[in-house]
Amino acid sequence: MNELLRATASELAGLIGAGQVSSREVTQAHLDQIEAVEPRVNAFLHVAADRALASADAVDAQRAAGEPLGPLAGVPLAMKDIFCAQGMPTTCGSRILEGWVPPYDATITSRLAEAGVVILGKTNMDEFAMGSSTENSGFFVTHNPWDNTKIPGGSGGGSAAALASFEAPLALGTDTGGSIRQPASVTGTVGVKPTYGGTSRYGVVAMASSLDTPGPCARTVLDAALLHQVIGGWDPMDSTSINAPLPDVVGAARSGDISGMRIGVVTELGGEGYAPGVEQRFAEALEALQRRGAEIVEVSCPSFDYALAAYYLIMPSEVSSNLARFDAMRYGLRVGDDGSTSAEEVMNLTRGVGFGAEAKRRIIIGTYALSAGYYDAYYGSAQKVRTLIKRDFDAAFATADVLVSPTTPTTAFTIGERVDDPLAMYKADLCTIPSNLAGNCAISVPCGLADGLPVGFQVMAPALADDRLYRVGAALEAELAAGWGGSLLDQLLGSPAGAYLEGALR
Amino acid sequence: MALTPADVARLAELARIRLTDDELSALAPQLDVILDAVAGVAEVASADVPLTSHAVPLTNVFRPDVAGPSLAAEAVLAAAPAAEDGRFRVPRILGDEQ
Repeated sequence: MNELLRATASELAGLIGAGQVSSREVTQAHLDQIEAVEPRVNAFLHVAADRALASADAVDAQRAAGEPLGPLAGVPLAMKDIFCAQGMPTTCGSRILEGWVPPYDATITSRLAEAGVVILGKTNMDEFAMGSSTENSGFFVTHNPWDNTKIPGGSGGGSAAALASFEAPLALGTDTGGSIRQPASVTGTVGVKPTYGGTSRYGVVAMASSLDTPGPCARTVLDAALLHQVIGGWDPMDSTSINAPLPDVVGAARSGDISGMRIGVVTELGGEGYAPGVEQRFAEALEALQRRGAEIVEVSCPSFDYALAAYYLIMPSEVSSNLARFDAMRYGLRVGDDGSTSAEEVMNLTRGVGFGAEAKRRIIIGTYALSAGYYDAYYGSAQKVRTLIKRDFDAAFATADVLVSPTTPTTAFTIGERVDDPLAMYKADLCTIPSNLAGNCAISVPCGLADGLPVGFQVMAPALADDRLYRVGAALEAELAAGWGGSLLDQLLGSPAGAYLEGALR
Repeated sequence: MALTPADVARLAELARIRLTDDELSALAPQLDVILDAVAGVAEVASADVPLTSHAVPLTNVFRPDVAGPSLAAEAVLAAAPAAEDGRFRVPRILGDEQ
């Protein structure tokens, strides 16, 4: 078995830094795994093998020259195809951007390069990050590594699937309504939505600007913290970036000390509509946290019942405005330009052909919600609900240090099951949306299996208290692993369903 | 209030998206269901609740007024659907009488 694939990012960085293995060997092992399992998983839209090996060689040369290496230098990463990386195609899962190669790097891409992180390629996603299953990709569907007939979550299903199939030890996502946490939940991986403004949006294709939050994805809580530390922090190129130091997320992940911490269970995020297996694992996770010295309390956030409705007005409104930039004039697809057709008609034709069904639905809902006569009833009311949700969070955080819930009400559903029922699809984000509306941070950590599929445990913390996520996440991870005798993904590798991954790991 | 395919066509034209007849008849009932589900926000949005447009308090941000490097014209035009003489070439923007 190739231990380089099973190793955590933290372990790999240690081995590379000590010269026990080269970044090239690590990178090549992951490229080989990608080649072996992609036919079944389909996580990547673009694999940049030559470029990845060149980055790996640069890190190896740096080490050979005795230069200091960063904490994740030489470790491979799978990048959601929403981040601009110079010279690498960026499609955002949309045909309208097919073939577009950005002329500049996102701030996060630059920070990864400075840290020596090796980018393996770009991962599949729902078009413009709109969806909970990656079925809205304009290119192909990604399959859940646990059961290839199931969805890998979305919109960042490609990144989560790459982690769970051992194609990469680190990945990047963006979370507007749950697009990092819900894929993490259904694939048995870790995903963090940082505090809004805590990670830069510069060079990240915009969906709903007041909600979009880039964040780290990994297989362990510590790896997510290490990546968070590399990508996080103030960026003058993003006008909503928070100019405050990032809390010590790595220290918190290493400590995992939650003794005396008050953990609030949100009453509204459970009950009807939640799978019994999900609720069972959630209850067991609470007991695990209690064993680690935390105190469990119950809190009520009544306005959360309106979060989904508010989100599906605010987000499409921002979408309809943000996606206006795809106008066929300066970049991207252009259809029907025969020399006599007007620019306006070319826009109509291009956007009709270039956008998929979900993008069209959301742009039209947004156009409706913002139109004269409906603005106050829809968009205005939704903004008021946003205030109420913030107030609920403030009150709850006055009695509890963190809040917890299942990450998503069910385990991974079957591919195709919800494509014709948008509302059923939207409900996958029921528990994750409140934190996007309020801007606070949240994490999803694996907490077991229900009917053989992963269940995620969500921890929410106040804005700028991201370290609490890692403290609780690490405690839960350690306590559950002690009971299971390994990680949740070890159970996949040990089962017949994961045999196809194991074969390539040898 | 039910949205008709004609309503959806009107909204789509406002959003500059040309939809086929099949898309219009599929979208209208779907949008109805979604709008019905989100209309509930009005129930709790009483007059005394202030609006929140952003999760964090925002103030406008300026960078220092110093010239910095910018992208080369060729790098930008490389991504253009059509370019001519170092410029973007766009479809006709004026009507016959203009």
